[in-house]
Amino acid sequence: MKLYRFVIEFLQLAILLGVAPAFTGWVRMLKCWSQGRTSAGIFQPYRDILKLFSKDIFLADNASWIFRFTPYLVFGTAVLAGAIIPMLSLELPIASTADVIVLVALFAIARFFTALAGMDIGTAFGGMGSSREMTIASLAEPAMLMAIFTVSLASKSTSLSQMVHVIYSGQIALRPSLAFAFFAFILIALAETGRIPVDNPATHLELTMIHEAMILEYSGRHLALIEWASMMKLFLFVMLGVAAFAPWGIAESGDIIAISLAFVFMLLKLVIVGIVLVMIETGLAKMRIFRLTEFLGSAFLLATLGMLSFFILE
Amino acid sequence: MDLNVAAQLNSFLAAFVLLTAFGMLVQRRMYGLVHLFTWQGFFLSINTAVVGFVAGKHHLYISSILTLSLKVILLPYILHVLIRRLKVHKEVEVVVNIPMTMMMGIALVIFSYYLMAPVTQLSTLVTRSTLAVALATVMIGLLMMITRKHAVTQIIGFLAMENGLFFAATSATYGMPLVVELGVALDILIAAFIFGIFFFHIHTTFDSLDVDQMARLKEED
Repeated sequence: MKLYRFVIEFLQLAILLGVAPAFTGWVRMLKCWSQGRTSAGIFQPYRDILKLFSKDIFLADNASWIFRFTPYLVFGTAVLAGAIIPMLSLELPIASTADVIVLVALFAIARFFTALAGMDIGTAFGGMGSSREMTIASLAEPAMLMAIFTVSLASKSTSLSQMVHVIYSGQIALRPSLAFAFFAFILIALAETGRIPVDNPATHLELTMIHEAMILEYSGRHLALIEWASMMKLFLFVMLGVAAFAPWGIAESGDIIAISLAFVFMLLKLVIVGIVLVMIETGLAKMRIFRLTEFLGSAFLLATLGMLSFFILE
Repeated sequence: MDLNVAAQLNSFLAAFVLLTAFGMLVQRRMYGLVHLFTWQGFFLSINTAVVGFVAGKHHLYISSILTLSLKVILLPYILHVLIRRLKVHKEVEVVVNIPMTMMMGIALVIFSYYLMAPVTQLSTLVTRSTLAVALATVMIGLLMMITRKHAVTQIIGFLAMENGLFFAATSATYGMPLVVELGVALDILIAAFIFGIFFFHIHTTFDSLDVDQMARLKEED
């Protein structure tokens, strides 16, 4: 039985909205275990979001429309990005309208408005967070594009579905350029999603926080949307990495059995990625912020080396 | 293992050799450098064996084992002993800052690619594409010797350069004759011992292995 393409699209969005908090919960749970603490369970993020939705918004007097608009925009771009990345099937109607460059731009828009909103109220923390976030962004985005271009060189297309098609057709076996791009992507994903060597998602210590500093003034449903969006962002980066480097399991057509299999594969990959992520996070200490140029510089280096080795070795 | 897979494996290992070369360029810690050097030797030795398989030259297996025993076990061990005895395992000082060094390294890779492009077109060997990587490894070793102040790091740069030369020999002509390779291996081993003795002398004379100190060879004026 075949599903309509728009049904697949909506299914995928539902999974994005539904599974993303569980993935964050899974990562937090593993982290608790690895540090010998009792975890709040895999479903705690859902409870957090529900709690925040039921609370009133406490808005500063001088908040402009940017501050009120940003949560919806951040949430919206995350959902739109989820409609582009193939998670279950390659037959996504929206995916043909947007490629990976658009995807990077979507994340950039969300980040730009979060930084503006951080400065909007005029507190010191918000501005500090925004400045740090933009510093990281200016270094991470070129590296991200470079890594993606390396992958698209191999598949001769910037469309994610096309990349997966090429990997499926077996034209790519042992490609050094892809290995480089993969390592670069891991470093960038850690930076973009604010994980430990770059930013600590659990901290509210003023010296170290980056993302949390920008959203410090948010409350109620605004905060719920932003938190949910950042969970989705983590989930989306995992899905992007899976689609670009290890797509095995994603259905090529709209066949219902293939899609249910794809869902099982997706959950399996999420479990594995969660374990690896927690191993990285427990193994590393948070980096000094002035060391980040080196960290992201090496991500850029890896991506460039990947691109060069495509020309030299392949 | 079929030949096509072996050729791909060869270029994959070449990429890892290049990666470890860059890793050494970026690494600040002394022990980290030695570990990366060990990994480079390891990839090189596997690569030599793979090339030996592709080309059907059996003497390459011997040089692969030679590389393994010398560059993966013996030289790192000597370096470890040196670092421990001289107590120099703290962070390495660099002349140029690290992101800048990385950019220079990338420029060197592009340069060696352009330099090797005509040679690659003339060659018919399976390993011809790794020639540019080999040259880049030599250049990066040289860059490392230039940009580091510490004597031990400079020696590691030198050894990395030798790795690159060995790699170039395997990928350009399927390896040098075995006699030459044995000679070079012996030279490197002797050189490592001599370096060790020199380090101790420098250390006792200047109380430091920073080569900047050697600018003051004349008496104080």
